[in-house]
Amino acid sequence: MIKKQSLRVAYGEALVELGHKNDRLVVLDADLAHATMTNIFATEFPDRFFNFGIAEANMICAAAGFAHAGLLPFFSTFALFGTGRGYEMIRNSISYIQLNVKFGLSHSGLSVGEDGGSHQSFEDISLMRGLPGMTIFVPCDPYETRKAVFAAAQIDGPVYIRVGRPIVDTVTTPETPFIPGKANVMREGGDVCIMATGLMISYALAAAEQLTARNINAAVVNFHTIKPLDAECVLNMAGSCGRVVTVEEHSVIGGLGSAVAEVMAGNTGAKLRRIGIQDKFGKSGKPEDLFNEYGLNSENIVNQCTELISRI
Amino acid sequence: MDTQQSLTEKARHIRGDIVKMLYTSQSGHPGGSLSCVEILLALYYQVANLDPQNPKMENRDRIVLSKGHACPALYAVLVDKGYFPRSDLWRLRQIDSHLQGHPDSSKTPGVDVNTGSLGQGMSIAMGIALAARHKKADYRVFAIIGDGETQEGLVWEAAMAAAHYKLDNYTVILDYNGLQIDGSNDEVMRIRDIVKKFEAFGFECFKVDGHDVDAITQVLQKPVEGKPKFVCCRTAKGRGVSFMENQFGWHGKAPAEIEYLDAMKELGIDIND
Ligand SMILES: Cc1ncc(C[n+]2csc(CCOP(=O)(O)OP(=O)(O)O)c2C)c(N)n1
Ligand SMILES: [Mg+2]
Repeated sequence: MIKKQSLRVAYGEALVELGHKNDRLVVLDADLAHATMTNIFATEFPDRFFNFGIAEANMICAAAGFAHAGLLPFFSTFALFGTGRGYEMIRNSISYIQLNVKFGLSHSGLSVGEDGGSHQSFEDISLMRGLPGMTIFVPCDPYETRKAVFAAAQIDGPVYIRVGRPIVDTVTTPETPFIPGKANVMREGGDVCIMATGLMISYALAAAEQLTARNINAAVVNFHTIKPLDAECVLNMAGSCGRVVTVEEHSVIGGLGSAVAEVMAGNTGAKLRRIGIQDKFGKSGKPEDLFNEYGLNSENIVNQCTELISRI
Repeated sequence: MDTQQSLTEKARHIRGDIVKMLYTSQSGHPGGSLSCVEILLALYYQVANLDPQNPKMENRDRIVLSKGHACPALYAVLVDKGYFPRSDLWRLRQIDSHLQGHPDSSKTPGVDVNTGSLGQGMSIAMGIALAARHKKADYRVFAIIGDGETQEGLVWEAAMAAAHYKLDNYTVILDYNGLQIDGSNDEVMRIRDIVKKFEAFGFECFKVDGHDVDAITQVLQKPVEGKPKFVCCRTAKGRGVSFMENQFGWHGKAPAEIEYLDAMKELGIDIND
């Protein structure tokens, strides 16, 4: 059992495991292999690893080229440079024809910390979610990261895996199912449903625990797949709890909160609160300090749930 | 104008501040900060027309640190020039510090352009130079880039435009330390003869020892007409701290306490200074 690991290490190790099973796998990076941890793959399979230097646009189109030639390319860089600088390459060269390219992008969200706002991506899910046919996985721990890599390889089409930088506790087990497009109910509860994704899952579970002291039974659902979103689960939980709070390490514009709101609109009378980055850029600081300042902590989840319940 | 002797001393103190800053914040980029100290000293002390009392002076020369991760070096120089107090340095990268992990022109006095995403600074600087000419302003624009950074296609788009518009108020300075994150330039993605490339793009090119402030100054002051200028500064990544020198592993890692103490000792700087 792994207790603690960084998702990026889990990502690098999963690529190695996949590489042994699938000899069509090739991995591409843009001078960040020591940060995205594709260097683990590079060491094991030097002939199947391609470093393109600090040239993301070229790397992404090269990945498209590999897919056109029948190989299975996974490319990596930071989430901001991959989905941001590479947006139009992903859109036209990959997504437009549903090309079989996967990208695991690390250093997503606020947890990048000290590097600051120029490196913290809060818009990557939003950018990728707007692309027809794109699958988006946001794993919450090392086990889910591994499963996301294997699930991505099974899908015929583009897949974005959002990988975080920090070392985190595991909250799932090797046996926890990971079915693309199917959310996992991690905790039952009837008063409010906390719908979370990625690193926010552990905070959501802690908040649900704290809410019991206030006699509030909170359900917690893990949306490891943002697209396609499990709409059935959203509506079932909204129906049974009547109140929904979404939590994500991403802008509330275009991420999980938006996706849930789109499903709920016109289909349920349940109330919704969205926790996430409130239309702001990031800044330098220790990840934990930033999480507190931006309201990405269990205290804020507890407060938002309580407030939502007290509203008539 | 400062003498070479005092600038050599300054370089040593700036390096001490860089190491101390990174140790204090326990994050940041030592290698590329230590390699561009003399480039910054030549610009800020000998070449550029600036007024620290009036950071937004309209006709100031613009300096754009396109390799933004090296900002600890820039911050230490800005302190020495009097843009903000030295004690700010010890809050590098902390929450609510104006000294961000990458240069932020909306927060830090003396920073003209925000950078951090490689390639963009050189292009923005080209735009400022073109705008200056358009406005008939006579200030100059200097962009400092990394060798790994030249792998970005954007660098060559900017180079093409600078030559096309005959921007002789625009200078690109390369911190040619031969290393990037995953190894040497040659291992990661060969950039081959970088000077010939800029020449082919239409720049007037110079090569200089990137740790010799006077030599850099001389080249920067050479008049060039009708063309942008490119200055290739041969440098050592991690310069001044022997165990960091020419080690790509020191690109983005903060020193531990013992490494910090060793580095300060080697630089001859009292840690309480
Ligand atoms: C667009 C973009 N891609 C990747 C990075 C991550 N990154 C930061 S520094 C660096 C290496 C820079 O190497 P070089 O330009 O040679 O700088 P130096 O050696 O002077 O530190 C990389 C890849 C970035 N900041 N921006
Ligand atoms: Mg370099």
